[in-house]
Amino acid sequence: MTWEIGGFDLHFSFSVVFMSTIAAIIVATFSIIGARKLAMRPTGLQNFIEWVMDFSRYIITSNMAWDKGGRFIALAYTLLFYIFVANMLGIPFELATDTDHYVLWNSPTSDPVLTLTMAGFVIILTHIYGFKIRGAKEYFADYFRPSPILFPFKIIEEVSNFLTLGLRLFGNIFAKELVTIMIVTLAFAAPLGFFLAWIPLAPWLAFSIFLGALQAFIFAMLSMVYMAHKVESH
Amino acid sequence: MDTMEFIADIQWGNALYQLVIFSLLIWVVSRWALKPLLGVMKKREQQVNDNLDNAEKNRVEAEQYLEQQREELKKAREETQAMLDNATKMSEQQGKEILDNAKEEADRIKEAAVSDINREKEQALESVRDQVASLSVAIATKVIEKELDENEQEKLIDSYLKEVGNE
Repeated sequence: MTWEIGGFDLHFSFSVVFMSTIAAIIVATFSIIGARKLAMRPTGLQNFIEWVMDFSRYIITSNMAWDKGGRFIALAYTLLFYIFVANMLGIPFELATDTDHYVLWNSPTSDPVLTLTMAGFVIILTHIYGFKIRGAKEYFADYFRPSPILFPFKIIEEVSNFLTLGLRLFGNIFAKELVTIMIVTLAFAAPLGFFLAWIPLAPWLAFSIFLGALQAFIFAMLSMVYMAHKVESH
Repeated sequence: MDTMEFIADIQWGNALYQLVIFSLLIWVVSRWALKPLLGVMKKREQQVNDNLDNAEKNRVEAEQYLEQQREELKKAREETQAMLDNATKMSEQQGKEILDNAKEEADRIKEAAVSDINREKEQALESVRDQVASLSVAIATKVIEKELDENEQEKLIDSYLKEVGNE
């Protein structure tokens, strides 16, 4: 899909837009339903949502003081939950058209543009909040600490943070999808393959669940680490 | 493919869409889920703290009460002991008094008896003496009556009178 806006081609890919929307809807639904009937003694979904919140809080407090980090609870929560859901989406099944392998259903996080967008979003936020909370003077002085010689490296660091944050997630999930697809195609490669393919597939899918959860955690954790670097004075 | 083309080929639409939807998601989630949840969690924390404080207070109160009760019990025990001691002392005293009284009474009775006996003895002796006297007198009279006659008597009286006149 392409939109023409002022002579510039805006490319969309249906599967990514569709899947990220679904992931977002799932996260929003779960969160809102969990917070629908708020009880002092939480049950079921509220309990789960509170647990996710406590986890996000733990991620924040392990990096910075709560009085500074408290405002990022929504960001941490959404990052964690959204990326986890997005990673999980591609595990149970994938849909693709037979002819040109036009994917209909997969993990949206297996798309580099999407992950880098999110990484960029987080990195830009760290700069904005660093500027806002510590002030311009401190913000710029930070580039020359502990010594001015390190200034170019500081710049490189910002760029590499952005790249690694996005590409780590993309790489993991993309590899997961690729291996899954390969194992599944094995099933059709030999006469008994349909039954034998389960032997590698089951542990691989279990590992995929672990990997998806871990990547979501790492992404949220690192976002908060970078945030803490910008927001707290050392 | 040169750089410009590569940049133009990137799916900027996806990126834009992702930015929008993710920001929207953060807003929606924080507005409709996290804010109320945080409120509830804070309230719960408050409640737990209150409950803990209350429990602590209650515990301290209970301990105080227990101490008080122990104190009371001790006092009661002491009182009982004192009462018992008193009762024992009193009974002992009473016993002693009764004994003493009995002894005194016995002594008195004995003394009375002794004095009675003595008196009786005196009386008996006296009466014996009286009787002896009267008896001896009676005997004497008998004897004297037998020895003396009127002549002799007159002589005697005369001799006495003479003696008186001579003087």
